Amino acid sequence: MQVSMTVNGQTVAAEIEGRTLLVELLREGLRLTGTHVGCDTSQCGACTVHVDGLPVKACTMLAAEAEGCSVTTIEGMANADGTLSPLQQAFNDHHGLQCGFCTPGMVMSGAALLAVNPKPTETEVRHWLEGNLCRCTGYHNIVKAIMAASGQQVGETV
Amino acid sequence: MYAFDLIRPRTLAEAVAALAEDGAQPVSGGQTLIPTLKARLAQPERLVSLWNIPELRGICEDDAGRLCIGAATTHAAVAAGVADRFPALAQLAGGIGDPAVRSRGTLGGSVANNDPAACYPAAVLATGATVVTDRRQIAADDWFQGMFATALEEREIVTEVRFPVPARAAYVKFVQPASRFAMVGVFVAQFADGVRVAVTGAAEDGVFRWTDAEDRLSDRFDATVLEGMAPPADGMIGDIHATPAYRAHLVGVMTRRAVAAA
Ligand SMILES: Cc1cc2nc3c(=O)[nH]c(=O)nc-3n(C[C@H](O)[C@H](O)[C@H](O)COP(=O)(O)OP(=O)(O)OC[C@H]3O[C@@H](n4cnc5c(N)ncnc54)[C@H](O)[C@@H]3O)c2cc1C
Ligand code: FES
Ligand code: FES
Repeated sequence: MQVSMTVNGQTVAAEIEGRTLLVELLREGLRLTGTHVGCDTSQCGACTVHVDGLPVKACTMLAAEAEGCSVTTIEGMANADGTLSPLQQAFNDHHGLQCGFCTPGMVMSGAALLAVNPKPTETEVRHWLEGNLCRCTGYHNIVKAIMAASGQQVGETV
Repeated sequence: MYAFDLIRPRTLAEAVAALAEDGAQPVSGGQTLIPTLKARLAQPERLVSLWNIPELRGICEDDAGRLCIGAATTHAAVAAGVADRFPALAQLAGGIGDPAVRSRGTLGGSVANNDPAACYPAAVLATGATVVTDRRQIAADDWFQGMFATALEEREIVTEVRFPVPARAAYVKFVQPASRFAMVGVFVAQFADGVRVAVTGAAEDGVFRWTDAEDRLSDRFDATVLEGMAPPADGMIGDIHATPAYRAHLVGVMTRRAVAAA
């Protein structure tokens, strides 16, 4: 079947199967390999992307269901001049990653939070990240990075 | 996943027609069904998507003051949409899984699936809600029929759930830390004619009403009347996360917390 959608601001059309997952279309069809597959069972959140502004697990959405939608992946997060966006820069500044495998999902999830809640408390950040697993950092620096991107420090609010 | 055709109807009538085909099954948010298909525990030939059917989405109120929520309304939309009118339901919806699951998962999918640890069944049963399908209306007490079992017939589509809004209510969930489903979840709802208490996560037969607690709370809506009470451990789920006795104990604790929070 034929689908078309906007991915990182560009219109794309592709021939897919009914069973094609959104993450398969992104990674294999469009070669946007920044979106990771950690578990493939909707547990880890490494595959988180935005569909019409909302976070979704791209491993648990059929690509055809994104017909007509606006999809944003980690590749669409940098500033127009290629420099890191404030949230990405904050991950860098605060060591919010080690191996980096979970990072695309963490950034997409964090960005989705800040879009609806620009000044979250630390507790709100931790709850929001319940669907994003990290095997390396222990989460603390990820939370710090998201707080920093919102103009706050960890410990200011609980 | 095995190959299947995906049909994307735009109206309920088209969806009903598409489901009449052999080997067809509805898919709503896919948050349960897609993992099931990946595990090859189901093998439909065609999936009929309920996602883009405006009739199945949205929240309104009927003449009886009930909140009518379309089956394809996402958990996130319910959390945002009923916060002022029915905060306990908003809180339940906003506590399902994680934000990405709430962007896609739907009320209808949850009610049709009747996972023994799902949250919505507790709200549907505790409020005495009515499940509406493309062909009939079914009272909550008749809808849930055991673990993953409901009154849903072949090719029948849940279109809406109508929730009477209680005077006071709360949902308290003890989260299974890995899955974030309810290890035990209790929804307490107080109406003019009595109190209903529905328990999810605990029992092998799925969601159930704890009638002993209902009787006492209907006399006096105060957590102290349940002091030391718990339902029998018989028939409770036992797994690596909790024994039947522990789950039964948790039901008592969660119910008292829910009453205090209502
Ligand atoms: C990581 C994770 C955490 C979760 N945590 C929780 C939790 O804490 N609490 C909780 O309650 N749930 C939880 N869930 C489940 C989630 O809420 C699902 O979204 C929900 O159970 C199913 O809804 P769906 O729209 O995704 O249904 P689908 O997956 O699309 O469908 C589920 C089943 O119902 C059928 N179906 C769907 N819609 C209809 C309809 N309208 N009429 C008839 N049949 C229909 C389908 O054929 C299928 O058999 C979690 C899921 C995940 C992946
Ligand atoms: S790969 Fe999608 S949630 Fe883990
Ligand atoms: S940085 Fe390695 S999994 Fe998060």
